[in-house]
Amino acid sequence: MIEQSVLMQLIIILPLLAIPGIIIFGKWPNLREAVTLIAGGLLLIAVIVFYQNFDAGQAAYIHWIELLPGLDIAFKAEPLGVLFSMVAGSLWLVTSVYAIGYMRGHGEVNQTRFYTCFAVAISAVMGLAFADNLFTLFIFYEVLTLSTYPLVTHAGTEKAKQGGRTYLSILLATSIGFLLLAIVGTWWQTGTLTFTQGGVFDDSTSKVATSVLLVLFIFGIGKAAIMPFHRWLPAAMVAPTPVSALLHAVAVVKAGVFTVLKVCVYIFGIDLLRDIPATQWLLYLAAASVLLASLVAMRQDNLKKRLAYSTVSQLGYITIGALLASQAGILGGALHIVAHAFGKITLFFCAGAIMVAAHKTEISDMRGLGKAMPITMIAFFIGSLSIIGLPPAAGVWSKWYLLMGTLDTHQWIVMSVLMVSSLLNIAYLLPIPLRAFFPGAGPQGADFRENAKVIRIERAQIKEAPWPSLVALSITAIMTMVLFCWPHVFYELAASLAGLSGGING
Amino acid sequence: MIEHLPILQVIIPLLAAPICLILREARLVRWFTFIASALAFVNSILLLQQVQTQGTISYSLGGWVAPIGIEYRIDLLNAYLLILVTSISTLALLAAGPSLRKELSERKETYFYVAYLLCLTGLLGILATGDAFNVFVFLEISSLASYTMIAMGRDRRALWASYQYLIMGTIGATFILIGIGLMYMMTGTLNMYDLAERLPEVQQTKTVFTAFAFFVVGVCLKLALFPLHLWLPNAYAYAPSIATVFLAATATKVAIYVLLRFIFSVYGFEFSFSHLPLQEILVALGLMGVFAASIVAIYQDNVKRLFAYSSVAQIGYMILGLGVGSKTGLTATLLHLFNHALMKGAIFLALAGLIYRVGSVNLKAFSGLGKQMPWTMAAIVVGGLSLIGVPLTVGFVSKWYLVLALLESNWWPIAVLVLIGSLLAVIYVWRIVEVAYFRKAMQDSAPYKEAPLMILIPTWILVLANIYFGIDTGFTVGLSEQIAASLFEVAK
Repeated sequence: MIEQSVLMQLIIILPLLAIPGIIIFGKWPNLREAVTLIAGGLLLIAVIVFYQNFDAGQAAYIHWIELLPGLDIAFKAEPLGVLFSMVAGSLWLVTSVYAIGYMRGHGEVNQTRFYTCFAVAISAVMGLAFADNLFTLFIFYEVLTLSTYPLVTHAGTEKAKQGGRTYLSILLATSIGFLLLAIVGTWWQTGTLTFTQGGVFDDSTSKVATSVLLVLFIFGIGKAAIMPFHRWLPAAMVAPTPVSALLHAVAVVKAGVFTVLKVCVYIFGIDLLRDIPATQWLLYLAAASVLLASLVAMRQDNLKKRLAYSTVSQLGYITIGALLASQAGILGGALHIVAHAFGKITLFFCAGAIMVAAHKTEISDMRGLGKAMPITMIAFFIGSLSIIGLPPAAGVWSKWYLLMGTLDTHQWIVMSVLMVSSLLNIAYLLPIPLRAFFPGAGPQGADFRENAKVIRIERAQIKEAPWPSLVALSITAIMTMVLFCWPHVFYELAASLAGLSGGING
Repeated sequence: MIEHLPILQVIIPLLAAPICLILREARLVRWFTFIASALAFVNSILLLQQVQTQGTISYSLGGWVAPIGIEYRIDLLNAYLLILVTSISTLALLAAGPSLRKELSERKETYFYVAYLLCLTGLLGILATGDAFNVFVFLEISSLASYTMIAMGRDRRALWASYQYLIMGTIGATFILIGIGLMYMMTGTLNMYDLAERLPEVQQTKTVFTAFAFFVVGVCLKLALFPLHLWLPNAYAYAPSIATVFLAATATKVAIYVLLRFIFSVYGFEFSFSHLPLQEILVALGLMGVFAASIVAIYQDNVKRLFAYSSVAQIGYMILGLGVGSKTGLTATLLHLFNHALMKGAIFLALAGLIYRVGSVNLKAFSGLGKQMPWTMAAIVVGGLSLIGVPLTVGFVSKWYLVLALLESNWWPIAVLVLIGSLLAVIYVWRIVEVAYFRKAMQDSAPYKEAPLMILIPTWILVLANIYFGIDTGFTVGLSEQIAASLFEVAK
């Protein structure tokens, strides 16, 4: 049996080990992709084995080096990190399968650079998931930002450059301007940055100071995309779809909300969090973010843009869960990381498949597409259900606990925002698959006739995306339903996070 | 032999300079200069070891004991900067061969090495001596040598830049001389240690205040503190690449050393910070420097000029750390002295390689270089990330201490401004990255080859140092903290 702490380091390093292979075999695409897939497979096995032997009581701990006096690069396994590593680890493999179909189907260039940066990003996510202190987390947070920049600007066009500029400037500005300041401030107040049960602040820190720090943290974690620092997410949609799928529905944004949860639970501690005056206002801000992003999503005709705003909105749910400072809220937030990851990645996969197979990016053009791409559209339907929070998809559980959290803490406004937003989710997601299968009368006029012609042409045959992509999106769609029936694995991890950290149920 | 190390530090380059004239043959001179500089580097390491084991070294020149004779005095601060100057100088010389052959005509090459060695002598002299007048003499030696080096630039504007520097530098030197003269008038001594003992008696006189003011302004001119920085951008931009590497990484740092030495060891912290509004002035000018220079840098199209303005901004950070007036602040300044030398050394060396191949440092010429010169561009990117202060680079370490120092003193609005300032660095670094990696190479030019190995190797030594000292901070942080503590001790 391999030592847990060794395995943990292996999980962080494994994606990096694939890089020499990817570069050496750069000229032979099949071998190069084989390296990625093997690494992905091994990583998945590693995270599963790691989970099976995971024991929160005697968690694996490893100390690399002391960077500055008292500031270490160190890793420690805790429930939330294990949960996050499992999500990212399993989806990397699936995304790699999908990317093979997509990148070749789309005839993208510079694929070696693409797979290399992808591996670096995954490694950064793993490092972030297991970080033992804020300092380590910050380092990997920045590595993640920088390693994904070449992925966002992959196309190299003026538009990609523009998008990359927005992406990098917002993420760096928030992390250096606010997050770093918050970290130094915490260090100066408490002398420690280690994630500790129940938080690191004691009574000597004034409420004003903790308020300021909390605000700095929430705004500083730009990856959580709380309005008004959400612009980078839609901007990042210029990236190839596998990037949007894994990084901007799973890895990067989840790294953001993961950090929010970590900070709330292990730096402030939910008891203190409840008493900080700023929490209430930030909660309203997150609620506003949820609502506004949903409204903006309704108005987007570009499918990826709509999904991006939907992500902004769903990330707000998780931040709300963290800021509710109750057990149910934390539990719901953690579960939503999982549920949203599987649901949203399915939707992005579908968007990419539609782009590759039917060359469509605008929602208004997708009427009747269900006939040509039935599997894709069914998967899209299932993914939508998960995002909305309807059975039989995993989203039910997380939304359930989030609502419980709002009830527990008597946050009636937040509760109604969550309800309204779910209705909006229905309004902007479900029509897409429904109209694809039942084009119906649609809007009147020439517009429709033109569309109808398109359908007749394509009706002749089913024209789905390349098979690797199709397999990948089917797997994630099935996973969302599996997680509805058997959510135990993730539920237990999330519960142990909430239970261990909580006092009395708030 | 070992007890003569302090003077050897200065004598080695000083004697090597005229020998170069005798050797004449450019290739011979090049290796000879390199060996002299490498010897000086070894010497500085030995000195540091000696200081660490035996404490401060005092060396009387010609056996005449201070205050009558001239004293050379090496403590940790001196040793730290000696290592910095000699190491950068040696690395720059490693790359000098190909770069100078391209940028100068053969007859000039030998003279360049002579000027270089004299400049090195001057800088090392300032660092080694314990005598105030000696500081002035060595300052003039190094300045005159650097005017010469700058004037050798291929661009005709180099002459103008050198002339500008000459005028400003001479004003600065005059101010310093007036300051030293007034101090001598009041105390009758030129030995720094002696000055420190005698100044308190006459501290409250107008003459001493005037002396202090003249001296500080003169030094600030030399270290290019905003708004006295006007000579710097042109001088760096038009000087031969190797001269830029050397001057950017060392000259201003040595000027900052002089400032620290006089504020802490001669006048004393109490006098400098309590009796005079030095703190407010330093903080205000430091901050203005950070912002003004960074914003100007954003609009530069000549990349060498861009990084020259960035140097002015970085000097702003160092002065800011000093202005905080706490141990942590001083640590931040000392760290940034060292770290900034590593960053700018790496960046300007990479630019030297770029000029060698491309012949221009205009932003337009960078189009498509990301693919054609991957190693050179990667070096600039890592150097740029370090300037921004990304974790795992040295830039992060110094920024961390600076922000911590500001928070400790409850100056959090300034901490916010410092961080915003580093975002300005993101903008000017990323302008280069975008052009190099996203713009297609110009049609009419054949693809450029990677820079010659002799330039790439020292560049990457510095790049790796940027990362190494960003991860293993024991040497820099440990030493900086020790020095800061000892300076504050003396100051009391």
